[in-house]
Formats: sequence, C-alpha cells, structure tokens
Amino acid sequence: MPDVRDVGALMSVTYDIAARDFVRAGEAANKLKRLLQQLGLDPAVIRRAAIAAYEAEMNIVIHSYGGQIKVDITPESIEIFCEDSGPGIPDIEKALQEGYSTASEEIREMGFGAGMGLPNIQKSADKFRIESAVGRGTCLQVTILHEAGE
Amino acid sequence: MVQPYFHSVTLETENCKGCTICIKRCPTEAIRVRNGKAKILELRCIDCGECIRTCPNHAKRAIADDFSLLSKYKYTVALPAPSFYAQFSGQDMSISRILQGLLQLGFNAVFEVAEAAEHVSLAISRYIENSSIRPLISSACPAIVRLIQVRFPELVDHLVPVHAPVDIAARLAKEMVMRKLGLKREEIGAFFITPCPAKVTAIKQPIGFQESWVDGAIPITTVYARMLKVLPYAEETPGLQQASSVGVHWGRATGEERAVKVPRRLAVDGIHSVIEVLEEIEVGKFHDIDFIECQACRGGCVGGPLTVQNAFRSWVNIEELTRNLPCEINPGIADEVDKRWEEGFYSLEGEIEPRSILKLDDDLSKAIEKIELLEKTVKFLPGLDCGSCGSPSCQALAEDIVQGLASEGDCVFVLRDGVQSLAEELLELARQVPGSISNQETTDKRTPSEDGRED
Repeated sequence: MPDVRDVGALMSVTYDIAARDFVRAGEAANKLKRLLQQLGLDPAVIRRAAIAAYEAEMNIVIHSYGGQIKVDITPESIEIFCEDSGPGIPDIEKALQEGYSTASEEIREMGFGAGMGLPNIQKSADKFRIESAVGRGTCLQVTILHEAGE
Repeated sequence: MVQPYFHSVTLETENCKGCTICIKRCPTEAIRVRNGKAKILELRCIDCGECIRTCPNHAKRAIADDFSLLSKYKYTVALPAPSFYAQFSGQDMSISRILQGLLQLGFNAVFEVAEAAEHVSLAISRYIENSSIRPLISSACPAIVRLIQVRFPELVDHLVPVHAPVDIAARLAKEMVMRKLGLKREEIGAFFITPCPAKVTAIKQPIGFQESWVDGAIPITTVYARMLKVLPYAEETPGLQQASSVGVHWGRATGEERAVKVPRRLAVDGIHSVIEVLEEIEVGKFHDIDFIECQACRGGCVGGPLTVQNAFRSWVNIEELTRNLPCEINPGIADEVDKRWEEGFYSLEGEIEPRSILKLDDDLSKAIEKIELLEKTVKFLPGLDCGSCGSPSCQALAEDIVQGLASEGDCVFVLRDGVQSLAEELLELARQVPGSISNQETTDKRTPSEDGRED
C-alpha cells in the first residue's frame, strides 16, 4: 500500500521491526510516543497512536519474519503504515474478532497473543485498512486524526 | 498556569559541588549543572525528593514548616502520617503512646491520617466501581500525580480523583473541633507530620482543588528528636488511637492496594519502577488491572526522604504496632463514607491537568524543525551519557541545545575535538606563514640578513 501514502506529510519516520526480538519489542512504539509528545500533540491522540503502534509492532514481532512501521505526520492526522513479510492472515475477519489468536503456546506463556492486537488497533484508529497475502505478508494502515471523536 | 511554582525541594548552593549524581537520578530530568552548581528546573520538578536522597553533599533540602507556626492558631491538631508511627519501636511502644507524645509536644489534639486513609480506601473503591477506565491509578502520592502530569500526560484520566488521606483528615478534624468547641475554621491549625517534600508542595499548591485544609507540614525528621524526649513520659491514653490496622498499613507499600476492595490490583513502589509500569500502561497494557497503587518512594511512605528510620526496618515496626489492632475498617466509617460520598466530600473538585514537559514548541512546524535538528545533534554527540556537560544524557543535552539552553561546546568530547582541530589548523597556519605572506608585516620582523626582498 505504499502508493496511498500522503505526499503532504510534514514529517516521516521509519522503524525497522525484527521478528521474535522480545528484548526490543515495544521500542518503536515508545520512540514514536516520545516523538509525538515532543511535537506537542493532543495527549488523547498520542495515547491512541501509541496503542496502535505498540500492537502493530507486537504483531510483527510475534507473527512475521520482520517488517517496518512508517509513520507520517500530516496536518490532519497521524498515518501509521505497517508492512511485514510473513505468513499473512488467511481469514482477516476472524483475526479482527476479540480473543481470536493464532499465537503459539510458547508466545501465550510470555503473556502475549491474547487475540486483542488487531481489535485494539481498530479501536484506536479513525480509519483502518488491512490487506494480507497468505505466504507473503500483511499491510496495515491506521489513521488517527488530530481532531477526532472516537 | 501563570502562578510561579512552589517547590519544597531546593538547592543549598554552598553545599553543591557541581557533581552530576542528582541529574542522573532525577526522574523528570529536572536538574542541570550550570556554572558548577546544580539548578532545578521549576516546570519539571515534581518534588519527589529523589535528589535529596541521592546527593552525597546534602545540597538538596526540603523547605517545610516548623513548630513556630503553631502559635498562629488558637487550637492545633497534629495529623500524623502512618509512616510517622513506623519511626518508633520497642516493647512498650504503641500508637496510643506516640499520639500522646504529640500532645505533649504542644498540639491540642491529634487526628490520625490512618483513620482518614480508611475513608479514602472506601471512597476509592466506590469510584472504581463506577468508572470504566482501566487501570485506575491512585492519586494519593503527590509526586506520582505530578510525574503523570509532566511525563505521562496521556494518563491523567487514569488517576482516581479522590482526595488524599491527609486532606480528608484535616477536614474531618477541623469539622469535629468546630462542632465540639465552637471554633471557627481559621482558628484551627491542622499540621501534617510528613514523610516527604512532595506532600509539603501538595499542601501549598494543591492539584485538583483550590485550597488545602492542611495549614502546615512538619517533617518527621523535625518532630523525631522532640519525640524521643517526651516518649518516655507518654502513657497509654485510651480513646486516642482510632484507626485499624488497615489504615496504618497505608504507611507502607501495598497497604493502600490491600485496603481497596476491587478484584485485580497491584502495587508498585520506587519512582523508577513506577515509570516502567506507566510506560506499559501508555501503550495499552494493564487494562485488565482495576487499580494500581503507585508510590514514589521505595517501600512506600516509610521510605520518604524526610523519615528517620530505615524503610525496611519501618515495615517491621508497622507490623508490630498493628499487631493488636482490628484487621477491618470500622463499620461506622463505611456508613459515613456512604453518606458523604454523595455530597462529593471525597472527590476532587477540579481537574488534574496534563502539563507535558516534552513538547519542543507550541507551533507544530517549528516543533518538527526542532526534532530534525535534535536528531542531527544526537548523532553528533558521543552517546556516552557522561553528564559532564551538566545535562543528564546526550539526548537531554541535544534537547537543551535545540531549546537554546546549551551549546555543543558544553560537551567535553565535542570541545576536545574542536580544540584538536583548532590546534591542527593553527599548526597548519603556522607552517604557511613564511610562504604565503610576503608583505611588510612579516618581512619587518625578519633580520635584515634574512630579508630577501625580491620585487
């Protein structure tokens, strides 16, 4: 989905996410959160962006072979693009249900894989798009408006 | 906020050696060393007292009240923090004797903050039941409230907007004295015996309400020496001691969490551990927890910078002092809380406002410019976080540079490189002089025999 990226971005940042790296997992979301705080954005907007980025980052860590999170700050919104190469999601509708998870027992024992990742991202987003190709990977676009309702 | 900030934590300039120990431990990066002395940044300081604890030269001090303030009031009430009890131990020690000791120090009455803590425990439980926000975070520790305002502004909604026990204690005590003795509110002075500077600040500059009912905060360290003199003569006095073990346990970590009756709770103490937990909450974790007790000091209030006893010892003292007390909150208190909850007696009247210290500029495009400059600057700095520049880390120095509060030359490594290249340049120039300059200025200085003027 790189073509949908807003060319009017005020600034862009990219974070590389390594698969299965639980030591660094969450760092990208934390960096993004600090950046948004430095920009002085609305606390409620920052919160939603941080949650969406964190869950997306964890999904890449847990399920994929690695990927990237790119964030554009536009005058109207925060656009979060996530791309990974990996197994993809065979049934997106199911994956969007709360509690549905394909995470392994091992991952669940670490306290992850509760099946809340995608639903939480969707809840935090004003606009949400997901595309996935089985055997290739998953793309996610999350829009969070600066001046938003729920 | 227009009003200048009051801070209990202040610097004793003469004692400060300009070392960098405090700047590294400060949880809000509120201290810089400039011109060889520490400087506290007012907007960032949360009065947690971490610097008082860590300064080896005792150059940080808490400004608080002392006994001289008592004479301003017709009638005085001591409000001892539960952690105050924990300073005392011994076979014959009891809370009743400690309270009697306070009366002998000149207070007309005592009201246990531990008792008010029981009210607050029930009020917090009520609030949690009626709120959909999770996890909810206790607002009892004023350093944590301020930490969240400045460093975790997204989480201010998670704070339970219920008054801290000391404020409830002051109100209950004054109401009682007004009723029984017919005194006016301003004739009564209520004094908190405090374990920490954050409480001093919270009383002088409350958050979430206008004016505190507490008239002063006297450090435990000030009261302690006087208590040692009177305690041997202080006898058990029936009726003085009212609080149950539940309220007294608020003086140490986990005490509050256990007193709040909701299913899933956790307690975290030590400000750096609290920060770790808050960072998790910021990204959406811990939403399955109902209530979190957060204490800035390790061990809870007994670990406060203005206490005397070792915090671990104090834990044992609390156990011993509460051994014979009831384990449950008096049902009478539950009835009172039920009644007064509806009047809003326990609720903060105002909002707890976020006030982020991280924002680089009010203007978004300027903030973006600053971020870009910041990234460049961070790359330029050595990344050793040595603190020699007087800022707590290379990242913090970069922020200071971007904000015009420091310069690259403050970094000793950048300076050294600068001096080195300057020296090299100088050497280079020195070599060039004979060849490049052939005018009078140079030739004049030469001896006539060397002078080979050729034009």
